[in-house]
Amino acid sequence: MNNKEIALFANDIRRNVVCAIGKKGGGHIGGSLSICDLLAVLYGEIMKYDPENPDWEERDYLVCSKGHAAPAIYSALALKGFFPMEWLEELNRPGTRLPGHSDRKVPGIDATTGSLGQGLSIACGIAHGLKVQGRGQSVFCITGDGENDEGQIWEAAAYAANYNLDNLIMFLDWNKKQIDGRNEDVMRLGDLAMKYRSFGWNSHRVNGHDVEEIRQTIYTAVRDKNGKPTMILLDTVKGAGISCIEQIENNHCIGLPEKLVKECLGELSLVQGICLKN
Amino acid sequence: MEHIIYTGDKPVKEIFEVFSETLEELFHEDSSVVYIDADLMASMRTKDLWEKYPKNVFNTGIQEANMVGVAGGMNLTGLKPYIHSFAPFAVRRCFDQIYVTVGYAHKSVRIIGSEPGICATDNGGTHMTFEDMALMRTIPEACVIDISDAGMFRQLLKKTKDRRGVTYFRTPRRGLPDIYAPETVFEIGKGKILREGHDAAVIASGIMVSSALQAAELLHEEGIEVSVIDPVTVKPLDYDLIEMFARKTKAIVTVENHSITGGLGSAVAETVSERYPVPVERIGVYDRFGQVGNEAFLREQYLLTTEEIVNRVKNLVKRKNEI
Repeated sequence: MNNKEIALFANDIRRNVVCAIGKKGGGHIGGSLSICDLLAVLYGEIMKYDPENPDWEERDYLVCSKGHAAPAIYSALALKGFFPMEWLEELNRPGTRLPGHSDRKVPGIDATTGSLGQGLSIACGIAHGLKVQGRGQSVFCITGDGENDEGQIWEAAAYAANYNLDNLIMFLDWNKKQIDGRNEDVMRLGDLAMKYRSFGWNSHRVNGHDVEEIRQTIYTAVRDKNGKPTMILLDTVKGAGISCIEQIENNHCIGLPEKLVKECLGELSLVQGICLKN
Repeated sequence: MEHIIYTGDKPVKEIFEVFSETLEELFHEDSSVVYIDADLMASMRTKDLWEKYPKNVFNTGIQEANMVGVAGGMNLTGLKPYIHSFAPFAVRRCFDQIYVTVGYAHKSVRIIGSEPGICATDNGGTHMTFEDMALMRTIPEACVIDISDAGMFRQLLKKTKDRRGVTYFRTPRRGLPDIYAPETVFEIGKGKILREGHDAAVIASGIMVSSALQAAELLHEEGIEVSVIDPVTVKPLDYDLIEMFARKTKAIVTVENHSITGGLGSAVAETVSERYPVPVERIGVYDRFGQVGNEAFLREQYLLTTEEIVNRVKNLVKRKNEI
């Protein structure tokens, strides 16, 4: 995909996030929207996968450690044909095939997450397991900024460096907000790119909504392996891509009434693409 | 009834020796088997394996929560992890990781918690788990094994290699006398009958099985004949066997190196009350924390003695005969 196509794909992911969460009446929209551009780059250009065979042994792995962003992952997977688009209509409803937090039972989901802090350890286990078996694919992991409050994240950070897991690339979605407010007010973590560097990682800071910058940084990390895991700090906006959601100060998990759904879709329809029927 | 070889003597092999030997056999039988420890290889005497099998043995340092996650991730790539720490750190410290990353996500991981309950001795209350079986029993599809014999440990480590979900072994590192004859076959969910008597059934697990056998002999000298049952797996419990002995003896005594809340005693009482209600006496730790002490001192403190079993059986038999 070229950058324009990736941007359109990101827009389609957003539209489906809105429709799916709208059908349910609300959900984790802020942190889902902040990673849509990353997902468009990963599923549009970077990752090896086979929708017909989600457990293909040669695939690249993706662990979305911030499991509450599952609506965005599910939207990307549906658009890529892992399961029918209609499944998105049952997001997080009773008896659903798509639980609100990332679930391994969904085709294309590699790890069950949602209890924050656990996904980076799982990604380390995948990356290490692949290495000892001489398998060359990459493992991608998405963590949240609030999630980096968790101690287990830093256990995993030390582990990845200790075992030279240079097949592991972790994205930190720095949207600067968590449930109880701004990161700065809840738990100051300082310069996270520097923290990971001091743990023995490569780290980069990019504009998390610039698909070209994201793409080039991932390419470089995959190509120029140096024995260290890589962390990419994505400077993002919580609710990105839809101004009426961005403007809601606490948009972590909100109700999404029909009126707001229409407003969101109106904004996104400025760019044409595929969408779940609303 | 099982053929048992219990004499009370020292075992032919200590648990830590059996653990190393079995892992090594497993690495040769199946190269996808891995063993991960959280800086307690020296305690489990597995450091030589760490050097010898760099593709099968890993150390996370003191990171029990991360160890569980790494095991889950490795399993996704086809590896078959066995992870070890002392029981409190292997279970209590990282219960949510075990529950979600292994249990709920249907991964296949075997957890070995060593020195459970009073086996923690001089490490004291911080290291003393009287709740590990209670916690693990609540995880759907989990298997909980209270090891009473080195041969049992060896065989079940191997048999659970491909078992899906959480498989939890609790075992001392040493000092567990041999109970079973070498040809004994162990299965998940199948208890063992070690002795038969009609006055009461003593259902004991782990280190308390040998105490139950001693108590049965003392009771025999006093004319009271008891059955002795080792459930092998506290979950899944051998429900039919428990019911059968409730019907046969109409008096049950449970004995465990664990709290009487949530462990073997609870599991047996739940089964008996639902299937064939008869009086049940639970011997175990009563709502107390651990403390420092040698094994003899701790057995006295928590009433995990042969004398306690004898007395409780006598009282129960008397009570039964009065009903």
